[in-house]
Amino acid sequence: MTNVPPAPSSLTPAPPGGTAGPGRRGAGRARPPGRRRRIALPYLLLLPALLLELLVHLVPMVMGIVASFSELTQFHIRDWTGAPWAGFDNYELAVDLNRPVGEALLTSFLTTCRFTLLSVGLCWLIGTAAAVFMQEAFRGRGFLRALFLVPYALPVYAAVITWSFMFQRDNGLVNHVVHDQLGLGGADHTFWLLGDNSFWALLTVSVWKGWPFAFLIVTAALQNIPKELYEAAALDGAGTWQQIRRITLPSVGPVNQVLVLVLFLWTFNDFNTPFVLFGKSAPEAADLISIHIYQSSFVTWNFGAGSAMSVLLLLFLLLVTAGYLLVTRGRRHDDAR
Amino acid sequence: MRRIRAASAAVTASLLAAATACGGGNANGGGGSNTAPRELTYWASNQGPDIPADQATLAPELKKFEQRTGIKVKLEVVPWSDLLNRILAATASGQGPDVLNIGNTWSASLQATGALLPWDAKNFAAIGGKDRFVESAIGSAGAAGKDPAAVPLYSMSYALYYNKKMFKDAGVAKPPATWDEMVTIGRRLSRGGKWALGAEGANPSNNIHQAFVFSHQHGAAFFDAAGKPTFDTPANVAAVKQYVDLMAKDKIIAPGNAEYDKNQSLQDFANGKTAMVLWQSAASSFKAHGMKEGDWGVAPVPVPAGGTPGAGRNVNSMVAGINLAVFKNTDNLDGALKFVEFMTGDEEQKLLNATYGSIPPVKAAQSDPAFAGEDSTVLRTTLATSAAPLPQVPEESQFETAVGTAVKELFADAAAGKPVTTESVRAKLTKAQQQMSS
Repeated sequence: MTNVPPAPSSLTPAPPGGTAGPGRRGAGRARPPGRRRRIALPYLLLLPALLLELLVHLVPMVMGIVASFSELTQFHIRDWTGAPWAGFDNYELAVDLNRPVGEALLTSFLTTCRFTLLSVGLCWLIGTAAAVFMQEAFRGRGFLRALFLVPYALPVYAAVITWSFMFQRDNGLVNHVVHDQLGLGGADHTFWLLGDNSFWALLTVSVWKGWPFAFLIVTAALQNIPKELYEAAALDGAGTWQQIRRITLPSVGPVNQVLVLVLFLWTFNDFNTPFVLFGKSAPEAADLISIHIYQSSFVTWNFGAGSAMSVLLLLFLLLVTAGYLLVTRGRRHDDAR
Repeated sequence: MRRIRAASAAVTASLLAAATACGGGNANGGGGSNTAPRELTYWASNQGPDIPADQATLAPELKKFEQRTGIKVKLEVVPWSDLLNRILAATASGQGPDVLNIGNTWSASLQATGALLPWDAKNFAAIGGKDRFVESAIGSAGAAGKDPAAVPLYSMSYALYYNKKMFKDAGVAKPPATWDEMVTIGRRLSRGGKWALGAEGANPSNNIHQAFVFSHQHGAAFFDAAGKPTFDTPANVAAVKQYVDLMAKDKIIAPGNAEYDKNQSLQDFANGKTAMVLWQSAASSFKAHGMKEGDWGVAPVPVPAGGTPGAGRNVNSMVAGINLAVFKNTDNLDGALKFVEFMTGDEEQKLLNATYGSIPPVKAAQSDPAFAGEDSTVLRTTLATSAAPLPQVPEESQFETAVGTAVKELFADAAAGKPVTTESVRAKLTKAQQQMSS
């Protein structure tokens, strides 16, 4: 087997905005100063973004990965680089299903999967239905559209804390309406923030918060579909449902693929909603993985194990995203053919 | 040329931003320095009914300190829910305040981080000596055998607060002294939408304080002599079950209290929905909720049948309180010591503790007439004779969370009508212990 020689220089792309050749090869001949500046400028402009990206994302990420291999507890938090090396102990702890930490992590992971599936599905369904419905012009459409976007525009904290008041058992609006006004669910008020119901309370808030984004994106996609397609379909005798199935849905396909991915990532990692709704320790039924990891790190002060769990979560999300992109890209290519 | 200049300006700006984000630290590792002698940052915990009330109480005192020493104190009142995490973040980054409040139960945990200034003989001498403080308060300022990690500032203990009118309406002459009496009287008070006792069922810290006392009364402890957790011993299981049973079996705590974690039980008490609460220094909160002095009475927390509050099995409170700590890497060690001396001086101790309804941990200030009222007498006697400090082990804060959360889940079961049995209590406590040991 022979080594592959380096690619010949002729394959390197010519720099933009000028003739490649003599200037490049001519040893000792300096480039005109104007051109040098033109080449440097894009990089100079990119530099701040690159630096910030490095500081805001990469450095903490690397620190987290290093911490996941160490025994980082309150004894070493002051000088965390000096924490003893733990090897893969934290990872073993996180995935060992025979011990309470691993078992609880798995339960939380499965809860999060179920929650994400339901939340993303409902957000997409409600958002798409509303977007399709709002395509037709009618009186008050603008007002309604603005109203739909309110949950998206509100600060998360304020919105979720309002929900937490509404879900309170004795003084909350939800029980007041369900039990006192509609007479449903028996005489005893239901607990929404405790026990198994907490899952449904969390899902309600998550969908309420998430669907307007789906609505916004699908609306934008719908507005790009040429009206002529519908006119032609109508002439051919296609009904509303057929138009939606044959024109609307395929046309918004690529946008939907991105939308679902973004909703998935946001929902799976959502920390604010359960934290504001339940505080530092969520009920078991609503123990999403983000809160669970927070608790492992910041409440029980086992920062090493918490970091290991975060790295595992990151790997899982990367895998799912990569798989999803591969599958959907394949489908896009099929569509193109 | 103009474009180049703009680009380099952008680069310089971002580099500067990066530099200020990383730099500006005052970590010098050693025992503090005095590079900024004219200013101090102070994180006070939220003691009064709300944060503005604390600011209003402390601002004139800090002004007084500034006039005397020329040192300006920048005050930030931190809510309880954020305090521990804020301290941890400050410890990790080295960007903390100079002086701060810590809950006294966290002393040993925070001492283990090594970020707080140890109060050795020299530092104590700078504030008038260790002997000025009550012994039990010093006992909850760090692990045994080590220099304390903080200095006691406000002392508190639990008492039983009862609504005099509700007692009169139900024909109850005096507050319960034992748990048996609590249940008997409680059943008479719990009717017509009103309940006998309030609880903060979803607040792990409050749960742990109650569980700790019940555990003492059952002759048990949550840690053995070697500092190993012993959460699920039969005596501890019985202790936790007795507390949760006040809702589950005795039905004298309203099920709705299982979701309380923002002092809603104090509001219920002030509104006449519950007749009693077990609380520490609650007077100022009751007044803030519209009650008048004399509307409520104060009695010692009940003990097991036949006993009277005292040491051993008749412990009826944890040693509660706030300590004042100094961050080791302060830029102004001398100023910080002066500030601690000021805050723990007789004059400030009388004034601040009287405002907050707490007890001064400084002996000389305790004899002030301000602390001779009914409330203060009960709290002071409890502190002196029947209160015990929570375990001073480095894992204390984890213990609070693990067992406190287990009790929270048990209350949730009780509220939802699920049975709370010896088995279910043991299972929760075993799980909490396993989480601690991993």
